[in-house]
Amino acid sequence: MHIDLYERFWMWSAGAICVAFFGTIVFGLVGEGTRPPSHVETIDPTAVWSDPRFAQRGVTTNPDGGVTVTAVAMMFTFQPNEIRVPAGKPVTFRLTSPDVVHGFEIVGTNANTMVIPGYVAQFTTTFAKPGEYLIVCHEYCGLGHHAMMGKLIVEETL
Amino acid sequence: MTSARRLATANIGFAIAAFGVASAMALMQAVSRANLELPWRSPQMYYLSVTAHGVLMALVFTTFFIMGLGVAFTAHALDRPLRWPRLAWASFWVALAGTLAALWAIFWGKATVLYTFYPPMQAHPAFYIGLTLLVVGSWIWSAVIIATYRAWRAEHREAPAPLAVFGMLATIIVWLISTVGVAAEMLLQLIPWSLGWTKTVDPLLARMLFWYFGHPLVYFWLLPAYVVWYTVLPKVSGGKLFSDPLGRMVFALFILLSTPVGFHHQFMDPGISSGWKLVHTFNTLGILFPSFVTAFTITASLEIAGRSRGATGLFDWLGKLRWGDPLVASVLLSMLLFAVGGFGGAINASYGMNSMVHNTAWIQGHFHLTVGSAVALTFMGTAYWLVPKLVRRELELSLLAKVQPYLWFMGMLLFSISNHITGLMGMPRRIYDAGYQGSAVAETWTSLTGVSALGGVFLFTSAAFFLLVMVGTVLAGRPTTDTTLAFAEPLEGQPTKRILFDRLGLWVLAAIVLVLIAYAYPLADHLRMQTYGSPGFRPF
Repeated sequence: MHIDLYERFWMWSAGAICVAFFGTIVFGLVGEGTRPPSHVETIDPTAVWSDPRFAQRGVTTNPDGGVTVTAVAMMFTFQPNEIRVPAGKPVTFRLTSPDVVHGFEIVGTNANTMVIPGYVAQFTTTFAKPGEYLIVCHEYCGLGHHAMMGKLIVEETL
Repeated sequence: MTSARRLATANIGFAIAAFGVASAMALMQAVSRANLELPWRSPQMYYLSVTAHGVLMALVFTTFFIMGLGVAFTAHALDRPLRWPRLAWASFWVALAGTLAALWAIFWGKATVLYTFYPPMQAHPAFYIGLTLLVVGSWIWSAVIIATYRAWRAEHREAPAPLAVFGMLATIIVWLISTVGVAAEMLLQLIPWSLGWTKTVDPLLARMLFWYFGHPLVYFWLLPAYVVWYTVLPKVSGGKLFSDPLGRMVFALFILLSTPVGFHHQFMDPGISSGWKLVHTFNTLGILFPSFVTAFTITASLEIAGRSRGATGLFDWLGKLRWGDPLVASVLLSMLLFAVGGFGGAINASYGMNSMVHNTAWIQGHFHLTVGSAVALTFMGTAYWLVPKLVRRELELSLLAKVQPYLWFMGMLLFSISNHITGLMGMPRRIYDAGYQGSAVAETWTSLTGVSALGGVFLFTSAAFFLLVMVGTVLAGRPTTDTTLAFAEPLEGQPTKRILFDRLGLWVLAAIVLVLIAYAYPLADHLRMQTYGSPGFRPF
């Protein structure tokens, strides 16, 4: 099969670009330990409110000084609706849904997850800048979807 | 041949009608997002319209257009009538009946679940059954095209398939492999559940099956556009195809890589392990390669065209291209937009960056450059070239046809750039109103949602021009006898020998192995896990 010289050159370059893209992933993986977000844990969506993991919602402090936020995403609000966390400390979010699929996004940060009934979404992030953040649902969940919002307050730590 | 021509006309005609309705929906959505009050504006209307727009554009317009294109290209390039003509018509009627059932459910407000229809949001059974019939219709069409090709091949043992047919076969293979996922979701989960035969459904399993189908779906749209880029564009622009074998390589690579990539839509999902998401990440980045190769081959083919029209300098061949021809202009502009969209895709596939843009307006900005431009604009350009030959009438209102691609290009730039930016600023996609009760951060999106709405107005005007040209051509075009679809000659002449890339059986086998590696284990893992079903909800 004859391939034009320039095209060979181009294909090697295109291959190199793909390898470079792979490289950025591998670099993040090895250097920073950045893996795709994931957490595998199931829950009965019809019994969220009585499940011991979600019966108490809100913010609890962990031994390492970080906090865990336990919240429920539901049509059409977050429970709790206002969340206070410390700046500069690891914050672990644990979320589930008793009804349809929701999204959880803290605008202006990389806090972003799907909330799927039957599963517990969990991720950890750190908020560097104190202030008030908007929490939105980013997955269509019904006619009140655009009104499904909450507030995150990141407080200055002493 | 007349039968094939009529069948292609029916498919493309219905596709264009669906496109028209969906465009009107789109205008209303863009304006609603910008928070401009319309008399009939309501959340019901908005989300119903998003559902209708997604289903009509992404599933109905594309599938029918591709079926029409497949029929026309196969019959012409192989120069023979379709095998099983009755069955070929049955494919159209089954798909049409299914589409009408699904549209009934949508327009009567019984299926406002968007075109991704994630359970446990539950639509009327007619929605699921209708969409399943649309897919069944496309399967019958696939069988007819494959049978026609095999009949041709029995008489041409040595010759490779014409590239136009080879590309359509690759499209069909990608489609057949990928629709297994959505068929399983529909038949095993959603249809029995919506009929009340089962009480609950596992929403994550449904998402895995949906995205097993949902990403190769985009290659089902894109590959026919590539067929036009490789086999029609060089001819109409007056040049030759730079490399036929590399075209075959590109299509073969898409067969191989289209499916084992779906988890990149589910980076933010709980319940899927990190390692398998990583496997899908690498596959996704790999699939950029055939598109890079395409960019070279098509650009080189265009350079040949420009030089044959008298260009001598390094870049003046660009100016010599037929920018006034509706097909050439449409494809050139769609390629420019796709170049941007492709790099955006690489960003989406990188999970670190994905967490900044997942489910934000960035995503709708992205796929309006890919399916909304690379595919839709190419299809419109193709219609300007193909429909006159199908209905045997000259293109009417050709001035509108000349202007239309440029309007689309400008509209899409306004729409897409503004949505990419608001997405980065955190604005979610698919929201009726971006105000968030006067939130300060939502305030900063306002001027850009206005730009997006302006883009919507451009796009709607462009779509209206396209429809006017189509209707005008059918009703008032001057009769012509020119019905030949001429495909591009490769620079080195038609290939006479089959090469590695022509061995479709081999590529299908390799693709299935790769799909099994990427999906069998995570699916088995999922099914072994203790999971809980969800009852249905209808919050619309």
